Amino acid sequence: MTDQDELDGILAAHAGREGALLPILHDVQAAFGHVSESAIRHIAQALNLTRAEVHGVVSFYHDFHEEPETRPVLKLCRAESCQARGVEALAAALPDNPRVKVETVYCLGLCSVGPAAMIGHEVHARLDAARLGALVESLA
Amino acid sequence: MTVVRISDDAAALACGANAVAAAFAKAGCTIERVSSWGMHWLEPLAEIDGPNGRMGFGPLTPDDVASVLAGTSGKAIGTIAEHPFIARQQRFTFARAGKTRPLSLEDYAATGGWAGLKRARELGPEATIAEVTQSGLRGRGGAGFPAGIKWTTVAKAAGPVKYIVCNADEGDSATFADRMVMEGDPFMLIEGMAIAGHAVGACKGYIYVRSEYPHAIAKLNAAIALAVPHIAPFEVEVRVGAGAYVCGEETSLLNSLEGKRGEVRAKPPLPALEGLFGKPTVVNNVLTLAAVPWIMANGGAAYAEVGFGRSRGTMPIQLAGNVKHGGLFEVGFGVTLGELVNEIGGGTASGRPVRAVQVGGPLGAYHPPADFHLPFDYEAFAAADGLIGHAGLTVFDETADMSAQARFAMSFCAAESCGKCTPCRIGSTRGVELIDRIRARTGRQADKVETLPQMHNARKAPRTLGDEIELLEDLCETMKFGSLCALGGFTPYPVLSALKHWPEDFGMPAPSQEAAE
Ligand SMILES: Cc1cc2nc3c(=O)[nH]c(=O)nc-3n(C[C@H](O)[C@H](O)[C@H](O)COP(=O)(O)O)c2cc1C
Ligand code: SF4
Ligand code: FES
Repeated sequence: MTDQDELDGILAAHAGREGALLPILHDVQAAFGHVSESAIRHIAQALNLTRAEVHGVVSFYHDFHEEPETRPVLKLCRAESCQARGVEALAAALPDNPRVKVETVYCLGLCSVGPAAMIGHEVHARLDAARLGALVESLA
Repeated sequence: MTVVRISDDAAALACGANAVAAAFAKAGCTIERVSSWGMHWLEPLAEIDGPNGRMGFGPLTPDDVASVLAGTSGKAIGTIAEHPFIARQQRFTFARAGKTRPLSLEDYAATGGWAGLKRARELGPEATIAEVTQSGLRGRGGAGFPAGIKWTTVAKAAGPVKYIVCNADEGDSATFADRMVMEGDPFMLIEGMAIAGHAVGACKGYIYVRSEYPHAIAKLNAAIALAVPHIAPFEVEVRVGAGAYVCGEETSLLNSLEGKRGEVRAKPPLPALEGLFGKPTVVNNVLTLAAVPWIMANGGAAYAEVGFGRSRGTMPIQLAGNVKHGGLFEVGFGVTLGELVNEIGGGTASGRPVRAVQVGGPLGAYHPPADFHLPFDYEAFAAADGLIGHAGLTVFDETADMSAQARFAMSFCAAESCGKCTPCRIGSTRGVELIDRIRARTGRQADKVETLPQMHNARKAPRTLGDEIELLEDLCETMKFGSLCALGGFTPYPVLSALKHWPEDFGMPAPSQEAAE
């Protein structure tokens, strides 16, 4: 199946749905790792929107990326409750690993057991420097 | 065979519940995955049927399993329901927490599920709204608007198509009660939405869930599929957010649901009259809708009996941050901040003295221990220059740097601003720069533009630290009164409260002892 077929499949699956743009973008982001310029063009055509409108939506939301991210991603919460539990010190001491992207997010709903992180759909809590370091290493 | 109950809530999973469950299974036990009791410091928490009834053990690791089963574990906490943290609560919304399997229709029906919807159908729409109005239920998403009034507006609005939108964007740090409802008792939320639909004449409901909650999304989708025969002809669909905090604001959320940028809309028109796709729409928080089945089953009067002042019923309060006993504590309004932090929360996890408690998420004020007498009530917190918001508490110990927290508030606003209005979009960025200068204690020379001869009104003299602080207060005033929504409008709460109570962290003299009293 080509990328084009896959994109057409996604568009067909959401045809006729009210307010379908976000669900479509989620599926495209999940399937391709990003929402490319050509995907934006096709989506705009299918939904009868301008490219600028679709581009405006893609760029508004933190979850959608126009450039592919090839590295595995660890989402580290750096919101207030995790700050109160010491995440800033962990983040400062975390050795830089060029093969892993450590992305800042604000709150994973694990605020009573932070510092917290998420890899894919897998959640981790009560992180200390050693456990966070090991998680990053496990992805590299 | 020994039955072991372990939660599959995300907080339990994050603390290693799956490995503990697997170890019990390997030891020959039958595992039941239930919702979480909300005693997060004890997760993974296991409840085991023994000769003396059901006993709790936590926090467990797989290595504890053998001693737990041998009856020699030092992690026994006795009967969970009698634990002081649970026994002190009044659980209406979280009545099933820890006890039922989230996706079991059998468990749900056996614990009073669907009774509220049944009664609403018997009473009819008008009497249903009257019951909700009588309960005094106010929106749990932050603004505290009476649910009954909102429902009445939508019910009276003309038109064949109306919507129920459940706001499950829960972006505030220190909050996880919505997540716990969606993961632990999804049928209750669905029932609440069906009652709302019945009351206002809506056939379709959307739950807008933040993408950071994959476990809640999975549970809701599974629960909706199972609930179809119970709620038909009402339909519910889950929609997933895309990592924008501002989409928790109701009009931004509606734009997002419509597939647009999550920009805030000016009000009026009210969403109740022109909401999703321009149709009359109820937008309610998860906890608001989840309180409704209890109210319909037990009566609005019973709900209103509990509470404080104009804040009726119970509030699921979330204890988070540097607190010893973090978790979910549902209780009638009126409990004091000090009781919550010191007695119920057990003080800080680090054992150091409490310095500050942020109440109400990133837009809420920082309160010093001098505020511990405040009762948990919308009006009391507003009078103390704060807000209860979604009832999340973040406890900080004495190592907290309050000017750093003020800076974070501004930078969060800058990162999450929808960009529609200037005080928020630009002001927050200027605020970060200003606080950085204050933290560096450098003061500031007039800049290039200010010294231009044509800038007649610009100040040419250098600015002192005191001038910069005044400028920060000014900026906060502008954001407070010039912003379209509460993101820009309430960011001054954390900033100004930090400045007011901890001026020494901004290089100013500390408040004298009497002033603090
Ligand atoms: C920046 C911002 C973020 C918000 N985030 C949420 C949220 O995550 N969940 C929520 O229920 N309400 C949130 N609100 C409040 C909603 O705008 C709205 O008041 C609420 O959904 C109404 O439901 P309720 O009456 O049941 O509280 C937010 C408001 C603002 C200004
Ligand atoms: S205050 Fe900020 S988030 Fe709210 S409408 Fe204005 S720019 Fe958007
Ligand atoms: S603040 Fe980190 S999980 Fe909520």
